[in-house]
Amino acid sequence: MHMADALISPVVGAAAWAATAGAVGHSSRKLREELDGHRIPLMGVLGAFIFAAQMVNFTIPATGSSGHLGGGLILAALLGPQAAFLTLASVLTVQALFFADGGLLALGCNILNLGFFPCFVAYPFIYRKIAGGHMKRWRITTGALAGAVAGLQLGALGVVLETWLSGISELPLRTFLFLMQPIHLAIGLVEGLATAAVVLFVVKARPEILRETEPATGPALSPRALAAVFLGAAIVLGGGVSYFASVRPDGLEWALSRISGPGAPGSTAGEVHDIAGDLQDRTAVLPDYGFREGGRREPAAATDGTPDGSATGAGKAVSGLVGGLLTLLIAGAAGFFLKRRHNAAARGGPAGS
Amino acid sequence: MGRIERHFQDIGYLDTLAGQDTAVHRLDPRAKLVTTLAFIATVVSFGKYEISSLIPFLFYPLYLLAAGNLPAGYVFRKVLLVSPFAVLVGIFNPLLDQEIHIRIGALALSGGWVSFVSILMRFTLTVGAAMTFVAVTGFNTVCMALERLGAPRFFAIQLLFLYRYLFVLVEEATAMVRARSLRVFNGRGMGLPAYGSLMGHLLLRTLDRAQRIHSAMWCRGFDGSVRVMRPLSFGRREFAFVLGWVAFFAVMRFFNLPSYLGSTLSEFMR
Amino acid sequence: MSHHIVEARDLHFTYPDGTQVLRGITFRITHGESVAIVGANGAGKSTLLLHLNGYLRPVSGELRVGDSPLTRENLRMVRRAVGLVFQDPDDQLFMPTVFDDVAFGPLNLGLPPEEVTKKVEAALQVVGALHLKDRPPYRLSGGEKRAVAIATVLSMSPDILVMDEPTSNLDPRARRTLIELLKGFQHTKIIATHDLDMVMDLCRRTLVIREGRIIADGPTERIMRDGQLLASSNLEIPLGLRGCPVCGEGTG
Repeated sequence: MHMADALISPVVGAAAWAATAGAVGHSSRKLREELDGHRIPLMGVLGAFIFAAQMVNFTIPATGSSGHLGGGLILAALLGPQAAFLTLASVLTVQALFFADGGLLALGCNILNLGFFPCFVAYPFIYRKIAGGHMKRWRITTGALAGAVAGLQLGALGVVLETWLSGISELPLRTFLFLMQPIHLAIGLVEGLATAAVVLFVVKARPEILRETEPATGPALSPRALAAVFLGAAIVLGGGVSYFASVRPDGLEWALSRISGPGAPGSTAGEVHDIAGDLQDRTAVLPDYGFREGGRREPAAATDGTPDGSATGAGKAVSGLVGGLLTLLIAGAAGFFLKRRHNAAARGGPAGS
Repeated sequence: MGRIERHFQDIGYLDTLAGQDTAVHRLDPRAKLVTTLAFIATVVSFGKYEISSLIPFLFYPLYLLAAGNLPAGYVFRKVLLVSPFAVLVGIFNPLLDQEIHIRIGALALSGGWVSFVSILMRFTLTVGAAMTFVAVTGFNTVCMALERLGAPRFFAIQLLFLYRYLFVLVEEATAMVRARSLRVFNGRGMGLPAYGSLMGHLLLRTLDRAQRIHSAMWCRGFDGSVRVMRPLSFGRREFAFVLGWVAFFAVMRFFNLPSYLGSTLSEFMR
Repeated sequence: MSHHIVEARDLHFTYPDGTQVLRGITFRITHGESVAIVGANGAGKSTLLLHLNGYLRPVSGELRVGDSPLTRENLRMVRRAVGLVFQDPDDQLFMPTVFDDVAFGPLNLGLPPEEVTKKVEAALQVVGALHLKDRPPYRLSGGEKRAVAIATVLSMSPDILVMDEPTSNLDPRARRTLIELLKGFQHTKIIATHDLDMVMDLCRRTLVIREGRIIADGPTERIMRDGQLLASSNLEIPLGLRGCPVCGEGTG
């Protein structure tokens, strides 16, 4: 459930990046203060462990499906919240760069959803409250289950809100929530079970490992700092959204026109068409590039029915199609040419020497 | 299990590609990172019904592909294969937004289909750009760039370590999974108890390894900060690269080249 | 002042969990010597090696490197003088490329960049791995990894080379190459190993450790022929010293 670049708007992406950068900076500073050197390799290797863990599955009884360790909570239990957060951020960065899981712009969202919530909310406020410092089986299991479920629910909520705020997907908020939250309840339970199984093993085999991290951690983020982070994100988001709304009022207009229906004054298919292209319409290199029926130009707004309006739309669509193909051809040819030249140079190089 | 293993091999392959020596490979990684981010930001800033004006943006990944001597087929397949999430969410658009948006002759396209195609376009562009960027830069160099651009050093170093030990740990995990699968019969042994113990062992081995690495670092004078000698230079070529592409993105953002070409062409044919 | 001398006086070491590993180790290794440390698994070899450059501190007893006892003040000097090569090169090669890894030590010593480059290239040249300079460590074969791991230590110009199982996991040819390489070194060498044939090739002197104590210290030739002593440490007489099973000739 990685957020993808294709689904988010720049404002949401940038806001999440800003929030994430803040959290990464905060964690790095915090860790530098208490740095004892051995954390660097430890975090790196545990990050790699999270990758490796994702290739090991177990069967979930009576369902026939399988699950694996997700990472957030177990890292927090082993490393404490800040180090775990940084480690997860690294894992997600590698995934974004190599597996194209998510994307570069969505990276901020993903680190927030999958790193921030488990490390700074689920771990300190749920897992530690239930299981912290205890070596009892039921406490660890309950804590891991509750922590994992909470972390994933928050993460899923993050995905839904970010997608909804971006407005690229048509899914209504409620439907999307209804789809995402239950799925992640199941995923959370599986993750909780896996986390508990591994923690319990460690408790039995080498309890000192967990005990080492427990006292050092302290409160990761005070409730007040946590509130400040959320508030900050809300302000950035709110500000960004309203800024965009104000520079592009037709976005709102379009939304209103959809509510009031296609027959409403001031909204024709032709206008509706180009919500984003409007900017370029106004900067007006070529104000109107629709088909000109019989050479006579008819402003779309002046026509009384949709057919003509959509004819203009069709004109745009056709010229868009043709032009698109043309651009593609040019791009392809340019690439081909560059590559040929490169290969020729590569062949010429060794031969010449 | 196949997916991660395949990914893992891909990492190795991307690394090999990044090891080439072309003009784009030689560019300072910061220039490529900044340009790629600008590219992605521009692409996602388009309205959700935009298709044609996104097309010129193919130039950038195609340029990296060609100038970086990358195998087009491989990159293309990768882009097609990855991350179904965008497609999964996007596929709802045609169902939910059925208002007719464009008519071409008898063919009527709903807004939902248009925005779905737009999502696919964005997806191709952003993923394609990120992938070609890594393939002409290499992960370690990306980390250097991140650090030089202001990411905390601690974070950058930690990324390097993660990447280095990815290869070691994935191999260990693969061996363990293989050993388990050889002794699993009728699905027995695949359950949670065995899993907990297997992962627990892997975890303990991982922690021991971290300890050994730390001692190896200590023995060579490690004092808490990792020093890397990698002179980066942001010269005229880098400036030209960044400015050139960002200018291109800006122009293409506000000027719909395909539409212009198309209308000129239809004008011409008339 | 010569750093080539290592002397241990009654070293004792116990891990925090209570496992007693070293129970009174005493030896003196002088300039240019090549000494093998052999013993069963868990006899305390690796733990002893980690004491030689001060990574682990003895619970009691003293370690001297050069003319002075190891203290907090000269720790830095000792770390440079005693180069420790780990058993698993994957633990030793943690940096992104071979070059970065070999440069890690010199950079930490605070050398200027030009000198670092010179040292790195010289060290790689010695182990015959200069062509691997820009490769990431995970792209190396077992033998190459081992060679580079040695170079990471050589680049700090150590006086004493300490190696943990240098020939484990190597194919016979890579093992031979490594032995020849080590033969060429002028350093004082201390090698912990189970590979007694290599010991025959490389080391004039052998220490046998059992349960944290030295049970034999003497010329390799003599110790390797003492079947009873070796057997008590889970070791066997090296193949090179056994009679040929086919023709019956040999010194066994």
